[in-house]
Amino acid sequence: MPFAVQFVSPEKVLFEAEAEMVVCRTTDGEIAFLPGHVPFVGALGIAKVRVLVADSNEVVAAVHGGFVEVANDRVTVLSDVAELSDQVDALRASRAKDRATDKLRSDPEDAEAIDALARAELRLEVAGATASASR
Amino acid sequence: MAGGQERILKRRIASVQSTKKITRAMELIAASRIVKAQQAVHAAVPYSECITEVVRDLGAASGAVNSPLLKPRDAIRRVAIVLFTADRGLCGAYNSSVIRATEGALREHRDLGRGEAVVVVGRKAEGYFRYRGFDPEASFTGFTDRPTYEDARKIGREVTRGFLAGNYDAVELIYTRFVSAGTQEVVRRPLVPLEQEVIEGGDARPGTDTVGPSYEFEPSAEAILDSLLPRYIDARIYAALLNAAASEHASRQRAMKSATDNADELITNLTRVMNRARQDSITTEIMEIVSGAEALRSDNSEENATVDSTNGASS
Repeated sequence: MPFAVQFVSPEKVLFEAEAEMVVCRTTDGEIAFLPGHVPFVGALGIAKVRVLVADSNEVVAAVHGGFVEVANDRVTVLSDVAELSDQVDALRASRAKDRATDKLRSDPEDAEAIDALARAELRLEVAGATASASR
Repeated sequence: MAGGQERILKRRIASVQSTKKITRAMELIAASRIVKAQQAVHAAVPYSECITEVVRDLGAASGAVNSPLLKPRDAIRRVAIVLFTADRGLCGAYNSSVIRATEGALREHRDLGRGEAVVVVGRKAEGYFRYRGFDPEASFTGFTDRPTYEDARKIGREVTRGFLAGNYDAVELIYTRFVSAGTQEVVRRPLVPLEQEVIEGGDARPGTDTVGPSYEFEPSAEAILDSLLPRYIDARIYAALLNAAASEHASRQRAMKSATDNADELITNLTRVMNRARQDSITTEIMEIVSGAEALRSDNSEENATVDSTNGASS
């Protein structure tokens, strides 16, 4: 029995589908939701979210912080920034990664750069997942 | 001279015509932007609905809420008003009605013995308050016709920081709500502290009375609430920004439409006056020619008469 999944950013609804399972990572660790999960609210880290869509293919999205709410057989991912794997600009992400690495070399404590690096790496990981899947 | 007046009128008509071209262009631009702005308002609704729902459920679940953003302060000594105007004018009463509502709210707080502060969004409000020697707490300009979430976050961060630092004890929003392309209204909404009714009274979702299910939280209800509330505030500000932008375009479209209509009317009237002036000058000219000819003829006929009589005499 599939359930509804929605990725919502402040500016628009990014993605909507019927899914079999949603896997995401909260600040405490990975968690998977199946239909009938108890109501749940969690804070998401900078991590990928995998959605097993009903017709058996997998959608991967890069979610940069946010929340996940599960209620009444609906999963809602609220995030300021979230990108589906085919929306990631890999070139830009790898440039951002280089930039962040450079910054960290001079100041390893730079929190902004650490975050930027994590985001860039996540984008690349998510983009890489589709590239290899489509091959 | 009559011909001179005609020339002056012609020049005025040309100038009204070029003004009309500009107002027509602005009208069309505003009309096309309304649609986009309206779509942005609608597109932002799911997020603010969801976040409102989560905040409400969390508030209900965690029972005793002790986030400083949720707790009303015992004494309200100073209130900050965030008002949303446009960066540009030429949009009818849009800016002045927001400013007037703000002045009213400020007076109200002053009467209650509270200090006041304003956070301005849009160049028009900034100019208004600075001109009157009232320094805004913070001002945000340059994006009112096309706001992004990032802009809302900047405002949200400033307001949250000021509130938590104790610079003010409550924050209100004054903006123009976009009801439809024909109707916009200036509204005044409390923002923080986020009391229960404040959360439920958002624009996105009228209060529903469903009892929330008991949730599991990870890491904990308090931790989630702490990071969720600032986002909730951002979302509320973002909704206000989008509503204000859509209203701005609608007001501008209306103002520019009536300006174009006025220009049309002016051109018709001026053309009439000009035609009459031209006709007058033609009539005058004809009169002059006719009377000139008449004068010549009567001169001639007198001459002819004498010639005739002399001829007659000689024959």
